[in-house]
Amino acid sequence: MSTLVLDRRRVLAGSGALVVSFSLGRAFAQDQAAPTPSPPGSLKTSPYLDSWIRIDADGSITVFTGKAELGQGFKTAFQQVAAEELDVAFASLKVVTADTGLTANEGYTAGSHSMQDSGTAIQNAAAQARELLVAEAARRFDLPADQLRTENGEVVAPDGRRAGYRELVAGDLLHVQAQAKSRLKDPATFKVMGQAVPRVDIPAKVTGGAAYVQDMRLPGMVHARIVRPPGYGAQLVDCDTSAVEKMPGVVGVVRDGNFLAVVTKKEFQSVKAMRALSAAAKWKETASLPDQDDLLRVLTSLPSQDSVIFERNDASAVGQSTLEATYVRPYQSHGSIGPSCAVAQLNGDTMTVWTHTQGVYPDRQAIAEMLRMPPAKVRCIHVEGSGCYGHNGADDAAADAALIARAFPGRPVRVQWMREQEHAWEPFGPAMVTRLKASLDREGKIADWNFEVWSNTHSMRPGGAGCMLAAQHVAQPFKVPAPKPLPLPEGGGDRNAIPIYALPNAHVVHHFIPEMPLRISAMRALGAYHNVFSIESFMDELASAADADPVEFRLRHLDDPRGRDVIAKAAQEFLWKPDQRPAPGRGFGFAFARYKNLAAYCAVASEVEVNGQTGRARLIRAVAAVDSGQVVNPDGLTNQIEGAIVQSMSWTLYESVSFDETRITSIDWQTYPILRFGAVPENITVHIINRPGQPFLGSGETGQGPAAASIANAIANATGKRLRNLPLTRKRIKDAIDT
Amino acid sequence: MMTLKVNGRDHQIDAEADTPLLYVLRDDLALNAAKFGCGLGQCGACTVIVDGKAVLSCVTPLMLLEGKQVTTLEGLGTIADPAPIQRAFMDEQAAQCGYCIAGMMMRAQALLMRNASPSDEDIRNELEPHLCRCGTHMRILRAIRRAAGLMNRADLSSEPGAVR
Repeated sequence: MSTLVLDRRRVLAGSGALVVSFSLGRAFAQDQAAPTPSPPGSLKTSPYLDSWIRIDADGSITVFTGKAELGQGFKTAFQQVAAEELDVAFASLKVVTADTGLTANEGYTAGSHSMQDSGTAIQNAAAQARELLVAEAARRFDLPADQLRTENGEVVAPDGRRAGYRELVAGDLLHVQAQAKSRLKDPATFKVMGQAVPRVDIPAKVTGGAAYVQDMRLPGMVHARIVRPPGYGAQLVDCDTSAVEKMPGVVGVVRDGNFLAVVTKKEFQSVKAMRALSAAAKWKETASLPDQDDLLRVLTSLPSQDSVIFERNDASAVGQSTLEATYVRPYQSHGSIGPSCAVAQLNGDTMTVWTHTQGVYPDRQAIAEMLRMPPAKVRCIHVEGSGCYGHNGADDAAADAALIARAFPGRPVRVQWMREQEHAWEPFGPAMVTRLKASLDREGKIADWNFEVWSNTHSMRPGGAGCMLAAQHVAQPFKVPAPKPLPLPEGGGDRNAIPIYALPNAHVVHHFIPEMPLRISAMRALGAYHNVFSIESFMDELASAADADPVEFRLRHLDDPRGRDVIAKAAQEFLWKPDQRPAPGRGFGFAFARYKNLAAYCAVASEVEVNGQTGRARLIRAVAAVDSGQVVNPDGLTNQIEGAIVQSMSWTLYESVSFDETRITSIDWQTYPILRFGAVPENITVHIINRPGQPFLGSGETGQGPAAASIANAIANATGKRLRNLPLTRKRIKDAIDT
Repeated sequence: MMTLKVNGRDHQIDAEADTPLLYVLRDDLALNAAKFGCGLGQCGACTVIVDGKAVLSCVTPLMLLEGKQVTTLEGLGTIADPAPIQRAFMDEQAAQCGYCIAGMMMRAQALLMRNASPSDEDIRNELEPHLCRCGTHMRILRAIRRAAGLMNRADLSSEPGAVR
C-alpha cells in the first residue's frame, strides 16, 4: 500500500492553478531503491510528472510539451498519447505547447525529435500518473491496486465503486519525479493511439479562426517594419528620418547602428513608411559573396577541419572495377509562405515575446543577452506561424520585435517581415559537395566505399545573441558565435554520411567548413538531404555497373531487417519488377534511407516523365513505405511523408538561391521558383509498416533524401544520363540529353 | 471614409485609398483568413472573392472596391456550421501548417460557383497562382473534388439555404 506524503505546494507560474505535490511511499520503494536508470524521452531532463500532465480539481486535464507545433500535427498526436495512457476521452484533454512560462525546456523542435523526446515523455508521464491515481483509489477503497482498472477518467473497483480522477487529485495533486520504467498499455488494447484522429488545429485554420502569430491583435498594438541592409555587411552611412517621422500614423523610427525600423499605428502605414525610410537610407556595401556557379570549387577550396567519421576494413574483399562521382547541392531556401512575424511587449521589467521560433528557451536566452536583461525577465511563448521547415526568419523576427518593443514600453509591437526580407535574409540550407568512389567485386558486390562530404555547419540557431540579425546590426553588435559541427551520431553536414549498407571496406570523411560565405542554418533533414541523394544516386550507378536491378542491389547490401522490409514494401506496392520497361520518355527510380541511421526508415519508388524537347522532368507518381516504430496517428504520418516527397521534389527539380558579389538576388517567387500545381504528381501513396510497442521514430524529415534520389534515379532511367548537380533543372536535363 | 461590403455587411473604412484590400480586411476588420504571403500577387495566400471572382487582395487597392461585394473565408461558414468547401478540407485533413489554405479555398470556391463539376485539370489550372510549401497539394486537390461532390449533393436537395 502506498503512502502519500504531502510535501510541497506551489502555484504554477502564470497559470494560477494550484499544483499540489507528493512523494511516493512504499509502493514504489523497490523501484526507487534500485540504481536509477534515467526515465525515457524528455523526462530525463524534466522528470516531474506535473511538468507534463496536470489534472485540476475541476477535472480538466492539461498536457504540456516544450515542443512547438509547426504544422506537423503532433499537438494532436500528443493528445492521443496522453488520452490513451491516462484512459480518458481524447476530447477531454488540451495540449499547451512551448512557453518558457509554462512548459519544460525541450530545446529546439527539430531533427524529427518531437515524438521521440516529447511524445515519449508524455506517454510515460501519463502512464505513471494513471498508476498514481490508481494507487490513491486503492488506498481509499482499501483494495489492492491490481484489482482496480481505469475507464474514461475514473478508477473502477470490482464491486462497482468508482472514483473520478478529479476527486482523487483534489487537494493532493501530483508532483513527483518520474520512475525509469512505466507500465505502458499493451498496444493491442489501444483505443486512441493508432487511430487517424482528425487534427485539432484544422477546423480553425479552414474557417478563419486566429491560428497564427500573424493573427495576434493585442490592445494598443502597433505595427513595425524593418529596413534591412541591402546585403551582408552593408553599413548604414546616412539616413534622414525626419520626413518619415511626419508620415501618417508613424509612432517612431528606431535606429541603432545598422538596425533600422519604423513603427506605425496601422499596418499598411508601416509598409509605406518602410518604403520611404528605405529610400532615405544610404548604405555602403561590400562585395563578399562567392561565385554561385562554381560552388564545387568554392566549397572544396575553403579551409576545412577534416575528420574520418567511419572506417571499416576487410582485406579479403577486393574490388575489380571502380566508379567515382561528385555531387553538388546549392544553397536552398526554407521558403515559408508567410514571412516571419513576432509580437513583443515590454511591461515593467518583463519582456514577453510571441514567436514562431522552434526553441522558446534558446530564443529567450538569446533575446535576454541582446537586451542585457536577466533571462527570467524574458518570456517566449510559441504561437504557430507559417511552416518553417527548419531555422527560417522566426528567431530574427522575434529579436526584431523585442528590440523595437524596448523602445516603446507598454506597447505590443508586431513585426512582420516582407517577402523579399524573408527570401534574402533567412539562413539558407547550406550548399554541399560530396565525392564518392567505390569498387565492385567479381560477384557485383561493393568491395570498398569512399565518401567525402564538404559542408558548413547545419545549425546557427540562437543560443547566443550573435545568431540573430538584430543583434548583429545594432551599434554595439554581438559577434556571431563560432560555428560548430553537430555531433554524431545525428550529425549535421555528415548526417547520413555513414552508409547504412553492410560494406566490407568503407571510409567516410567529413570536411567541416567553418567559414560561411552565405548566412546558413538548419533546413529540414540537414545534410541528410544531400548525403542520401548522393549515396542513393551512386547506389544506382553501381547497380547499373553491376548489371543489377536497383532494388535487388540494395537488398544485396543491407542487413537491417526493418530496412529490408520498407524496401520490399515500397517495391511491392509500386509493382516494381527487375525486367520492368517504362513507357517512352518515362523512367522508374528507387531510393531508401533510415533518417540519421537511427530514426524512421523510408523507401520511395517513383515514376518520372521527361520531356525530351524541353528537358522538363515531372514526377508522375510515387509510392513510399515508412517504418516509424509505433504509429500514433497514421494519417498524420502519411501527411508528413506525402509532404516530404512533394517538397523534396520541388527542392530537387527547381530550387537554388542566387546571388551576385554583394547581394542575394533570389528575393521572391519569380526569382526563386518552387513547385506549382501544374507539376503536382498524379498520385502519391504512403504505406506504413506499424511496429506496435516499439519506440517512436522521428519521421518528419525521413522522406527528403529518398524522394530526391528516387526522382534523380528515375530521370537517369528515363534519359540514360546521370545528373549530379542539384537542382535537376529543365536546362541541365536538356543539356545532358543533348550531349 | 468609404463603405466596403464584406461578407454581406457594410463597413465604414477609414483608410487611405491606396491601401490594399488585404490590410483593410486584417487590420481594420480583424479578419484572419486572408493571409500576407508576398504582397506581390505571386503566392495566392491573400485570395478572397470579389463579386464572384477570386482576387489577390494584397495587390487590390481599396479604391477599386466601392460598391463591390467582398467575401472572405469567414463569410462561407463556421466551425459549427461549415460550408461544403470547409467541410471537405476538414474531411480530407487538407492542411499541414495551413497558412496557404484559406487562399486556396477561396479560389476553389470561386471555381466551383461557376463550374460545379471541374475536371482535375481545371482544378490544377485554377490553382496555378497558389503556392503551398508543406507539400499538401495532393490533399488540396482531393478536398476540392470532395467539395464539388458535397455542393452538387446540396444542390439536389431542396433544403433552402443548403447551398452557399
